[in-house]
Amino acid sequence: MKKKMFSVIVSAAMAVSMVCALPAMADTVKIGVYEPASGDNGAGGKQETLGMQYANSIRPTVEIGGVTYDVELDIVDNESNNDKAVSAASKLVTDGVSVVLGSYGSGVSIAGGQTFQDAGIPAIGVTCTNPQVTLAYPVYYRICFLDNFQGAVLANYAAENYENKVAYVLTKQGDDYSAGLGYYFTQAYEALGGEVVTGAFPEGNSDFTSYLTSAKNAGASVIFAPTSIEAAQLIIEQSAAQGIGLPLLAGDTWDSNMVLAAAEGKDVDILITTFYQEGGNAEFDEGVKAFINGDATNLANNGGNDMVAAVTAMGYDAYNVALAAMQAAGSTAPADILAALPGVVVEDAVSGKIQFDENGDAVRNSAFVKTANTETGTWDFVAETSISE
Amino acid sequence: MDWLSRNLPYLLAGISVGGQYALIAIGYTMVYGILRLINFAHGDIFMVAGLMMVYASASMPMYLSIPLVIIVTVLIGFMVERVAYKPLRQAPRMSVMISAIGVSYLLQNLALYITGGLAQQYPHIPWISDQVTVLGASTKRVTVITPFLTVILVVLLVLLIKKTKIGMAMRAASKDFETSQLMGIKINSVISMTFIIGSFLAAVGSLLFFSNYTSVTPTVGTLPGLKAFVAAVFGGIGSIPGALVGAFIIGICENLVMLLNQYVSFDISNFKDAFAFALLIIILFFKPTGLFGEKQTDKV
Repeated sequence: MKKKMFSVIVSAAMAVSMVCALPAMADTVKIGVYEPASGDNGAGGKQETLGMQYANSIRPTVEIGGVTYDVELDIVDNESNNDKAVSAASKLVTDGVSVVLGSYGSGVSIAGGQTFQDAGIPAIGVTCTNPQVTLAYPVYYRICFLDNFQGAVLANYAAENYENKVAYVLTKQGDDYSAGLGYYFTQAYEALGGEVVTGAFPEGNSDFTSYLTSAKNAGASVIFAPTSIEAAQLIIEQSAAQGIGLPLLAGDTWDSNMVLAAAEGKDVDILITTFYQEGGNAEFDEGVKAFINGDATNLANNGGNDMVAAVTAMGYDAYNVALAAMQAAGSTAPADILAALPGVVVEDAVSGKIQFDENGDAVRNSAFVKTANTETGTWDFVAETSISE
Repeated sequence: MDWLSRNLPYLLAGISVGGQYALIAIGYTMVYGILRLINFAHGDIFMVAGLMMVYASASMPMYLSIPLVIIVTVLIGFMVERVAYKPLRQAPRMSVMISAIGVSYLLQNLALYITGGLAQQYPHIPWISDQVTVLGASTKRVTVITPFLTVILVVLLVLLIKKTKIGMAMRAASKDFETSQLMGIKINSVISMTFIIGSFLAAVGSLLFFSNYTSVTPTVGTLPGLKAFVAAVFGGIGSIPGALVGAFIIGICENLVMLLNQYVSFDISNFKDAFAFALLIIILFFKPTGLFGEKQTDKV
């Protein structure tokens, strides 16, 4: 009896406190951050989230239709896992977020897309480059370039710079991003007269030596490895230990200081394409560095130093696009924001002007090519390339 | 000669990874031999050893951190048995197995909490991680010493089991658990010893494995653990020489798939892992107890 009494009192108290909290919540708008904080893409997801947190720290409020709202980031971990991502997405829907940002990694974006679609919540992909993300789900928009573009840029680069036109394409089984980018690269490279030899490694694989030996034995002049950062660390290490001596080409995921740390002091040649080059916007670089250095957790999430990752810049831009969409909608209701998104244009984004095409993809036609400087442990700028089709 | 130096890397990788599987597989096979328990947490003990090395080497010199990591790993293996398995000694075997799965998840999530989900770079161990050239193929020294070290450790272990008192007790316990208790064998210390040996070998295995594949994540133990378990079953679970032979066969075969891949037009690298498991099915089809297995089997 006593127990029952107690639970009645507790639930009554909870109900009262919830009612009391309501007026305060009315002026808050929630933005869902749908990013991996663990698993294969944990490192990249954390850096992308950092950009949103930084943006939130300098623009904590937004004025929508004459009312000032506090912006609250609702951060969930999709664990880089297509199965677990759905429950993370559902949590955001339950929490009542107005718009979702993310994810790093195309696979989880596709996995969570249906949940956002069913709830009618607009999602803004930050660095998920697989075309399928926006094609499959009308609520999905994105601010980065696509893999068919990125694959073509890399294929052109490989065809122009390495004489013997054989490339070894190493992808991860069951990874939408990896398989997709590998496919587009292969298409473009073969169209340019090159030959492609493929290899695919399973989830949880640590031993890349046999793949690298295969690349060498196939007479490849370059290895294209659109993989996660974790696999990248292993590939770089083993490539150096085996003395493979072939240049490693990769997409936007490799743009990470973890990759640089793995490559530092080793005899490897790494080339990547990415969204943003540190130094592109001095004011942003300075601000984000101060933000990272100002907090031990932020510093750890950025891999222990204050190098600005491209995904951090993209996360920052995505936050501003979300706010711009809310202002354009004049409302915090997901349906209104969704309706306003196609017309949103952000001129002063740090990664370049952002506007959407009819698929909900950002109109972008240039990518940065960078190479890892293994002596200083930094990225060196190679070229800004664009492809006219 | 040219053919050899082209394809030697496959064989080297196979032998070395086989040796590392063998060191883990012995832990599975010994525990199974005595307790009839598949210790699912074993692959995670292996991962924890790797993770501790990352943190230990950051704060102390190598000659201190290596022994420390091995000792702490052994302690963890011992503690896991005492806390999670010993209280369930009289419980149905299924309960102990569930407990083992629980420990496995506990260790993985603990590692996830400590690392924050990020892959940790394994330190460079002097001499072991240095680069050497074998018959024109460049590799790390660890690749070359792994098979020898593994065989030496297995010989020592077999001697321990055949010649010492505790070894005799182990053999008795694996033959008949209840009767050996009645004969005055302190069964708990025998079991503890089994876990200590298994964890020691897992720690050595992790040292060799991560020197080659230098990235430690919370789930990194799963695949090597699974392969080692397959190797133990392959060689006949409960048999130490069986685990050794099984591990080398699995390690070499999965790399031979990659070698063969060069000579076929279709990309078979997809089936690298599937191959090990397919081989297991074929062997079990003809020899249900594995290569060196005993006749009698128990259901788990």
